[in-house]
Amino acid sequence: MKGSLIILSFFVLGLILGLTRFLPESLLESDFSIYALYLLMLLVGIGIGTDRNSWKVIREINIKIVLVPISVIVGSLLGVSAFSALLSNISIGEAMAVGAGFGYYSLSSVMITEFHSDTLGVIALLSNIIREILTLLATPLFVKYFGKLAGIASGGATAMDTTLPIIVRYSGKEYAIISVFSGIVLTILVPVIVPLILQFL
Amino acid sequence: MLTDIIIVLAIMVLGIGIGLIIGNRAKIIKIVGVLTSFSIFLLLFLLGIGVGTNNKIINNLDSIGIQALVLSLGAILGSLICAYLTYNLFFKKK
Repeated sequence: MKGSLIILSFFVLGLILGLTRFLPESLLESDFSIYALYLLMLLVGIGIGTDRNSWKVIREINIKIVLVPISVIVGSLLGVSAFSALLSNISIGEAMAVGAGFGYYSLSSVMITEFHSDTLGVIALLSNIIREILTLLATPLFVKYFGKLAGIASGGATAMDTTLPIIVRYSGKEYAIISVFSGIVLTILVPVIVPLILQFL
Repeated sequence: MLTDIIIVLAIMVLGIGIGLIIGNRAKIIKIVGVLTSFSIFLLLFLLGIGVGTNNKIINNLDSIGIQALVLSLGAILGSLICAYLTYNLFFKKK
């Protein structure tokens, strides 16, 4: 929650500077964000590579566990597709690109901004932040009505870090490894699935 | 666009390779974590600037918020239903 607030405040700070055109025009118009994305992707990669724990978790697993991230992927994409029918401005493909963030708002929103549009990027940012916040708030309810995998599913990619504590609390410690595993798999898949979907728009 | 996407993914794979070579060193992992946070802050700051200078988005901020909320609810509900099925079929101890 704290992390998403910090990130939102950077976004809002940029928003205000953009609105007030406080910065020099050359800085406002030039777009070097693609290079910042390159840097971020390199760092995300190094992070994955150096984190031996995540490799260990993946190796120790009973094959059944892969059903969890698969459920999240299928459920998220079907859910956003169905709900996109309520929105006249959003095509099914655009909705799926947003849904494929699985709660990983920083990376998915930046990729969608770079490869599609600012508007959809903002929708992805807000939508995936809302996903994380609702998971933090409503996991007790979700677990009660949808079973012990509910918090892990709702949390998506965040089930490995920010929403892990609440998931463990309401589903039990035995679900911690499943949660971390699902979160890691989804985190690794976000930068693959989001561009893949955008490619077909 | 495809080339951009391939470049981005190639850079991530390169990063994974570098990460594997560096190995599990607490100090480096910490530095990489801090740098990652800063580059995310920078990107979201830049996204904010882009949005602030984009009248189309600013004039439609309320509808964008509602669209985001509807998509979040769809993603969560879809995931919950699939997780419910998976839990009852494969995980629940009978």
